[in-house]
Amino acid sequence: MPCSGTPRMPERGPPLEAEVVTRVDESPTVFTLVLSLTDPQAHRDYRFEPGQFNMLYLYGVGEIPISIAADPERPGLLVHTIRRVGRVTRGFAALQVGDRIGLRGPFGRGWPLAQAQGRDILIVTGGLGCAPVLPVIRQIIHHRERYGRVAILQGVKHADDLIWRERYHQWAALPDTRVLLAADVAGRDWPGHVGLVTALFDELDMDVSDCLTLMCGPEPMMRASAERLLDRGASPDSLWLSMERNMQCAVGHCGHCQYGEKFICRDGPVFPFSDIAHLFGEPGL
Amino acid sequence: MFLARTHLGELLSALRDRGYRLIGPRERDGAIVYDELSGAGDLPRGLRQSCGAGEVRLERTGSPRCFAWANGPQALKPLLFQPAEPLWQATCDDSGRLRFEAVEPRVTPTAVLGVRACDLAALALLDRHFLDGAVRDPHYAARRAALLLIAVNCTHPAATCFCAATGDGPEARQGFDLRLDELDDGYLVASGSAAGEAILADLPLEAATDARRQNAREAVAAAAAQQTRTIPPGDLYDALSRQRRHPRWEAVAERCLACGNCTQVCPTCFCSREQEQPALDGSTSQHLREWDSCFSEGHSYIHGLVIRQSVAHRYRQWLTHKLGGWHRQYGRSGCVGCGRCIAWCPVGIDLTEEVHAVLGDAPDA
Ligand SMILES: Cc1cc2nc3c(=O)[nH]c(=O)nc-3n(C[C@H](O)[C@H](O)[C@H](O)COP(=O)(O)OP(=O)(O)OC[C@H]3O[C@@H](n4cnc5c(N)ncnc54)[C@H](O)[C@@H]3O)c2cc1C
Ligand code: SF4
Ligand code: FES
Repeated sequence: MPCSGTPRMPERGPPLEAEVVTRVDESPTVFTLVLSLTDPQAHRDYRFEPGQFNMLYLYGVGEIPISIAADPERPGLLVHTIRRVGRVTRGFAALQVGDRIGLRGPFGRGWPLAQAQGRDILIVTGGLGCAPVLPVIRQIIHHRERYGRVAILQGVKHADDLIWRERYHQWAALPDTRVLLAADVAGRDWPGHVGLVTALFDELDMDVSDCLTLMCGPEPMMRASAERLLDRGASPDSLWLSMERNMQCAVGHCGHCQYGEKFICRDGPVFPFSDIAHLFGEPGL
Repeated sequence: MFLARTHLGELLSALRDRGYRLIGPRERDGAIVYDELSGAGDLPRGLRQSCGAGEVRLERTGSPRCFAWANGPQALKPLLFQPAEPLWQATCDDSGRLRFEAVEPRVTPTAVLGVRACDLAALALLDRHFLDGAVRDPHYAARRAALLLIAVNCTHPAATCFCAATGDGPEARQGFDLRLDELDDGYLVASGSAAGEAILADLPLEAATDARRQNAREAVAAAAAQQTRTIPPGDLYDALSRQRRHPRWEAVAERCLACGNCTQVCPTCFCSREQEQPALDGSTSQHLREWDSCFSEGHSYIHGLVIRQSVAHRYRQWLTHKLGGWHRQYGRSGCVGCGRCIAWCPVGIDLTEEVHAVLGDAPDA
């Protein structure tokens, strides 16, 4: 810990201990861990910006980047929604309430909420991509009057992949808020569209050339969406995307998250399209 | 000032008396490496090194000189940014509680003798990366603060050197504590810091004669003139990005083994991966940082997907970052013209040749 006295550049340090206070199974492979830092001071001081992420560490196994899906007005309750895919996430999937892990963060630059005030907001997410925008949605709900119309578009591969059905339902009931769902493969009782999320743009009742768009999810989905929206007159600096690359350090040192000249951990993970237009969609970057 | 060759040992003793561990060049397994020196006798006296694409050979000359060669596979990078080191350690008690502690780097004040201009330029870049960003690396910072640098101007560049083209050598102009020009009978000595000045005060120096000064100046100028490889100047980011589909990337990938030697010997490559090393009894786990390379498959892995799948992608990434991305990130090229990646590539790939080919401005075409 930096000692008081001479002001210094923050140094990279070890994680802090965090305890699992709640665990929710969202689907057979997706679960939510609510974490609380065990050090009371660190717990009180923790703040984050919607769109930032933490590095979560599983004892003896490894450390991975996970978006903060918490409510910005309750920053002490660190919500992380995680898909079980490999070594570390499998270990996290086995955690129970009371278990301890390590946490470093928050890292990165989040969504441009200051620019969102008074504007219509379009949120386009795919797969688990909804997790990083959850704090934004919470923020909008807390201060609904500060923002214009809101549309939340979520696409999934299979209808069964959709988590938080109940939540989407609640959001749809908010004033001036629309929720549109799309699944490539629909199941029984699928309330939404069958096909790609991009097809939902036709149903929008907002002017995409004037709204702020927040996007998160698999790159091909973001690419298809960005292309359509730009075609419809969206401006490249009002289109924001959350990017993902391998991350080892989260502090701009390890080089793994480099995307062209950007370090995603530090300069992102959220970027305006205009900042990455020269890179986006190019294979092998 | 001038230090006669017979007094070189006194420079080494002066450093040792001040508590410095001495690191410098010495011969090992057919190459010149930087390692601990016990005295001036360990220096590679009368050795000449010739480098070509993918080859390095040592020859013995009768010369009394100790620095009549250019550079070895590594110099300063591994002393500061270690090939593998623990960053922190987690301890797990019986009830599953975790305690985290930073692993403090073991730091010894270290004097490095025989630092080249290209290595000083690379060090300035690593300083920017590890110290001047939003977050500092405490391991690098601690070792950096304990480093004393004694540069030697280059008089015998390797055929692979092109520091004159990058503007980083062969003369060491900044970033050293002491600087030597090697002549047959001794060394011109200049200080570049208060610490260097204090050491000079302990040495039996003579005034440098004009003849010796001129001799040294001419040797450095000749070293620059001798270099044949070139690299296009300036920020190549846009130019290289425009050539993303150039067939040369595929052609170089046919030869490239993706072994990552080039990134290991590069004095500015900074990539690392992190790994756990749990103790056998399960009570602690160390979090290790190890050098990594953008040529490895794991470098760009995200679950179920390798972003840079082909070797062509990886070579393109490396070259575009080195000669372009660095300008955007750190305000200058990541290449300091040391030529190590050329000499130590097992198949002799030469980045100067590749960049000219991709940009279509081959100098001798
Ligand atoms: C900024 C950011 C935010 C993220 N937010 C979430 C989230 O909210 N929920 C969620 O489920 N996932 C999220 N991810 C993806 C998550 O980090 C990976 O799924 C996770 O690293 C996989 O680890 P693993 O050990 O289980 O998988 P393995 O396939 O075993 O991966 C091995 C190692 O590769 C690296 N790695 C693999 N995939 C990724 C990846 N996608 N991104 C970065 N490093 C990777 C990690 O070091 C990992 O330990 C996010 C990624 C980034 C970059
Ligand atoms: S360029 Fe040469 S040294 Fe570098 S990865 Fe390819 S084969 Fe290895
Ligand atoms: S994650 Fe290490 S540099 Fe970004």
